[in-house]
Amino acid sequence: MKLLTHNMLTSKCLKGVLVGYPLKIEVQDLRICEVNCNLDFLIRVIPRIDYPVLYTAMETLGYANDLPSEKPEDYQTNEEFLKKLHHALFEIEIINGNLLCPETGRKFPINDGIPNMLLNEDET
Amino acid sequence: MDILKFGYVVPTVEETMSKIWKKYLLWFAHQHANFRKEEMNSIISMFKITLRLVFESTDHPFWIVELSSPDEAYLIASRSVLLRYCIELWARSTNIEVLHSDLKSYPKDEIELYLSTTFKVVVETFCKHYTQREKVEKIETFNYLPLKGSVNLKNPDTTLFYIEYYGIESNSIPEKPIELFFGRWIADGQRDTIQKLSLKSRKFIGNTSMDPQLSIIMANQARVKKGDMVLDPFVGTGSLLIIASIFGGYTFGTDIDFLMLHARTRPSRISQKIRDKDESIASNMEQYGVKSRFLDVLVSDFSRTLWRTDMQLDAIITDPPYGIREAVERVGTLKSNPFIEDDQIHYPSKVIYKLEHLFIDLLIFSVKHLRLNGRVVFWFPLFRGKYSEDQLPFHPCLTLVASSEQILSNYTSRRLLTYEKIKEPETDDPACTIGEANFRDQYFNMRKESRTVRRLRQSGERARQRMEWEMRKTTNGDKT
Ligand SMILES: C[S@@+](CC[C@H](N)C(=O)[O-])C[C@H]1O[C@@H](n2cnc3c(N)ncnc32)[C@H](O)[C@@H]1O
Repeated sequence: MKLLTHNMLTSKCLKGVLVGYPLKIEVQDLRICEVNCNLDFLIRVIPRIDYPVLYTAMETLGYANDLPSEKPEDYQTNEEFLKKLHHALFEIEIINGNLLCPETGRKFPINDGIPNMLLNEDET
Repeated sequence: MDILKFGYVVPTVEETMSKIWKKYLLWFAHQHANFRKEEMNSIISMFKITLRLVFESTDHPFWIVELSSPDEAYLIASRSVLLRYCIELWARSTNIEVLHSDLKSYPKDEIELYLSTTFKVVVETFCKHYTQREKVEKIETFNYLPLKGSVNLKNPDTTLFYIEYYGIESNSIPEKPIELFFGRWIADGQRDTIQKLSLKSRKFIGNTSMDPQLSIIMANQARVKKGDMVLDPFVGTGSLLIIASIFGGYTFGTDIDFLMLHARTRPSRISQKIRDKDESIASNMEQYGVKSRFLDVLVSDFSRTLWRTDMQLDAIITDPPYGIREAVERVGTLKSNPFIEDDQIHYPSKVIYKLEHLFIDLLIFSVKHLRLNGRVVFWFPLFRGKYSEDQLPFHPCLTLVASSEQILSNYTSRRLLTYEKIKEPETDDPACTIGEANFRDQYFNMRKESRTVRRLRQSGERARQRMEWEMRKTTNGDKT
């Protein structure tokens, strides 16, 4: 799972959970894969990103140094920043681990890079 | 002259005057003809191209249009899968004498520009066979053209087309061609992409993998462009995401089927006993060279909220369950296998009950997450014969831009529906609705499962859940 996906994901599927965001991350295996960078897409995607959530996720994974804690004013033209952002959103993959609901602590396992957000019958 | 008016602006007189309009011949594949107009409308509105129709047809495999620049013809050809090729039309007639005299009066400087380089002439005779010798004789009748360059059959700078059209009735071919065309080849459409995406050579496929040609049509209907965010909420083996990524979209998907996303379902190739270890949607993306535009897939139930409320998408393309492939006949073949993977077989009682809701949920979801003018494209099953638009799902913030039928059996068909978001929701909007349940009941009654089939299905479901639990245990156990 990429951090771009994590940035959009909630645990609102759970009964009684209203916000369910952001999900906490527990990592067992990570993989870094180089991915072609598309600056146009990045610029388009920035307004759709919750930046503090992305930064916290990077902190959890131990990569706090790879991203500024705040989005620079000139983010649209700041190429160095855009490259870092690209790395954070697309190149870090959580292969195995868990996502945790911030309200209930319910664990959603990630296996082989694929999060399982299904609930058991008694949770619906 | 007709002007197509589908979701784009008709140019002002000044704009029209300042451009040089030329005629183009668009030759289509003789397949899915009732998707032709819809695909073309989507493509021209995506690229903001104004296309004037001179001749349009679903019966005949060609259209004649006017465009203000060959670049627009290239753009159309870069996307259309129903288009075979596009020709800059120099002459057209029903009579060979007239064709020649028209060609002789075509502006000389225009022709010379292309004929002073290397060239070749292609003769296409539709619905009638001619030998190579006869074709050469036909070419020779054009020897008045100022062909100054040299012939190059392999890699010419210019390809000229002479087309004789004998209609489409192969059992009553007329003596003389119905129509004749002469012109300069501009570009081929995307017929090759169908081959490229063939399921036969694709790493990971399933029983419900979407036909490549229809997938391409869907991505065109959704107007997927470079840098778009595209979601398939019923992703299966991800066929629809592949073409969306090829068109430059950033793609992701969800599916309720854990085993499907982990490629642990029974292989759908007869020749294959077990699935390869590296089968997955991600490896398909790698196979087609678009892994950098594939984001993720997640196991999740569409009827539950998963995403941030303000997540914004450019397009949604999907084939929800009950896309028809679960015809009753098919169920029998599953008897000997406890690991039945077909969603329709696994969750039917749940889904049949909720089917109306699924489509309503899909429209509400689309309105919530699509940007303005973003599109949702999906298949909708129907009982044939009594179709009217008010049977389709309706949402006040979406407008239906296309509904093309694909016939599946005497009784059933499915329609490819394309909706565009036209406004943000407001509190006093009318509700999202779906047409009369009647015809839908009929549709499902026709394929009610027998008792034994249901029992088999339920035991299959139990076996599956057990396996999933065991897998979950081992994957978690491994790590902790
Ligand atoms: C017709 S198939 C889609 C096939 C896909 N287009 C492909 O190319 O493989 C429908 C998919 O919907 C999934 N599905 C069924 N019910 C679902 C639900 N409630 N939420 C999410 N996915 C569901 C099924 O597992 C199945 O893979």
